[in-house]
Amino acid sequence: MKFDLGTARQLRILLLLLAMALATVVSTGAVSAQGEPVDRVDPDVTGEPMIDSVAMLPADSIPDEAYPAPPTDIAVKDTPNDDGGSIDISWSLSIDDYEGGKVDRYVIMRAPAVNGQPGEFVEIGDVTGRANKVRDGNATEGEAFFYKVVAVNREIRDGVLMWEATTESEAAGPVASSAQWFDWRRLNVFVGVILLCAFILYFINQAQKGKDLFIRKIAGLEAVDEAVGRATEMGKSIFYIPGTQDMNNVQTIAGVTILGRVAELAATYDTWLEVPVSRSLVMVTAKEIVKEAYSKVGRPDSFHEDQVHYLTDDQFGYAAGIDGMVVREKPATIFFMGAFYAESLILAETGNSIGAIQIAGTAMPSQLPFFVAACDYTLIGEELFAASAYLSREPKLLGSLKGQDIGKAVVLVSIIVGVILESLGIWEFSKLFRVID
Amino acid sequence: MRREIPLLITGIVGAVFVLQYFIPHWPFSKMNAWFSDWFSIVAAFAIWLGALNLMKISLQKIAGRKEDWGYAIVIIVSFLVIVIPGFGGGQGYREAGTFFSWLYEWVYTPLSSTMFAILAFFVASASYRAFRARNLEATLLLVAAFFVMLGRVPVGDLLTGFMPTGWQLSDLAGWVMNFPQAAGQRAIMIGIALGLVSTSLRIILGIERSHLGGE
Repeated sequence: MKFDLGTARQLRILLLLLAMALATVVSTGAVSAQGEPVDRVDPDVTGEPMIDSVAMLPADSIPDEAYPAPPTDIAVKDTPNDDGGSIDISWSLSIDDYEGGKVDRYVIMRAPAVNGQPGEFVEIGDVTGRANKVRDGNATEGEAFFYKVVAVNREIRDGVLMWEATTESEAAGPVASSAQWFDWRRLNVFVGVILLCAFILYFINQAQKGKDLFIRKIAGLEAVDEAVGRATEMGKSIFYIPGTQDMNNVQTIAGVTILGRVAELAATYDTWLEVPVSRSLVMVTAKEIVKEAYSKVGRPDSFHEDQVHYLTDDQFGYAAGIDGMVVREKPATIFFMGAFYAESLILAETGNSIGAIQIAGTAMPSQLPFFVAACDYTLIGEELFAASAYLSREPKLLGSLKGQDIGKAVVLVSIIVGVILESLGIWEFSKLFRVID
Repeated sequence: MRREIPLLITGIVGAVFVLQYFIPHWPFSKMNAWFSDWFSIVAAFAIWLGALNLMKISLQKIAGRKEDWGYAIVIIVSFLVIVIPGFGGGQGYREAGTFFSWLYEWVYTPLSSTMFAILAFFVASASYRAFRARNLEATLLLVAAFFVMLGRVPVGDLLTGFMPTGWQLSDLAGWVMNFPQAAGQRAIMIGIALGLVSTSLRIILGIERSHLGGE
């Protein structure tokens, strides 16, 4: 198999990432069973009657039958898949803990381990009766602790606490919290990412070797040339709106990559391209891209610094600014490419009202219907991300699209298999795709 | 070097972002927050680039008496009116009773609300075009929208109150939203997720570099 330097470098980086990830997986050892979500220790959440005052009777005046049986089987363990500082405590309920029983709440006691033995126990919080697990999120990482669970029965009359009968469990421990090097709950995502990356890199390699890859036509991208040409014929300008988000949003990056192609066409046809932006970093990036595009087609002198200009970071201020410019300047063509929120329809309808040809692309599902209704062409979700490859026809980029399609096919097959198995009452398969955040 | 260094930084930061999702151990557990903080700091400084650019273009328009130069005066005056009390008010510039807070409450908020409210009219005009029964797909959209909109208001159930539960308009609207609509939206979401991964991988590996200008 032949690689050029670029592909070999990419594969090396991926292998490095893979090796790093596998090393972390191996170093963690055995897989811990992940417990279900548990309550955090919180003294305020008891769900008990409000106590206005306390009139505690002496301990010897509390009837013996008021004392509940202690909770048993206290289990303590380091919270799995976390960044340390947390310990899970669980227990079997006291036999007196039932509806109308003798347990109102459980108090959690913690003691530091001193020479392997528990030191002085202090209360760290409580939970209501019927709860049988809790998470201590304030355990110092690496420090060992013992835990006790105390069953509490209280007599409250008219808001006055009369007495409190408590029974302690045996101490459990020592246990120390530690940080893990791999979140095993995300193993399925990890495998999925590795598989998808492998598909993409395989097809990039195939594309570089000259294999012809079929990519379906995307009407919105086919219309880019036509839209720029229309503006040229009409002698009017082109507006390019790269969304309202900053450069840390992948949609904005996808948006500005398409800007390069549009700028090349605009420069070739000597048509005025205006790019009003809502973020300073986007302005800097877009300016660089447009400048480069003008140079690429041999018209560096046609580029004006003012073509890419900042308006405001404010969402509706930006919409108002663009609407004003659109109504006054009446551009022949408007592109909306990037992340948009509620301003999408305000912008697109204004463009529609002046009869501009409009091409939109976004991965915001809630804004897609607005663009579909108000624009001539809309790049739906993934088509926005495919645009750069589609327009440049660069083999490496086209290969990544093909790999993405294989990923989609895997998802499709998984959904069909999942639906069949779920219908047959086999639940295990769908559990493989469960993602825990 | 002009292109290699940004590519290297992008690659490293991107890879760390991927790894921190799978590795809860320090320092990965903190890296998301660190990088986000750094981005905020860079963006905060960069805002001056935008502000100066806005001022420069507006002043040029006024100086050259270019078309619509009057709007440039509005921009400069508005900018100064909000920036001067903001900086002049010190750390407590947003506290109630300050001039900045007055501007925010009685000028900025109503203006933003007005722009947002215009959306209602645009939704009506866009819906009118989208729901015209020009072909089979548009007719299906029109019928679905009719039932969903009617099913979302009390009069919908009033009209179909005689129907058994499960067959009333609100039930039909719920079915349309929970099944065909949700299925379509999920398909789009899956495509978006894969597209995101693919684009991110291209950026991390330096295959996609057109956002750096050229190529």
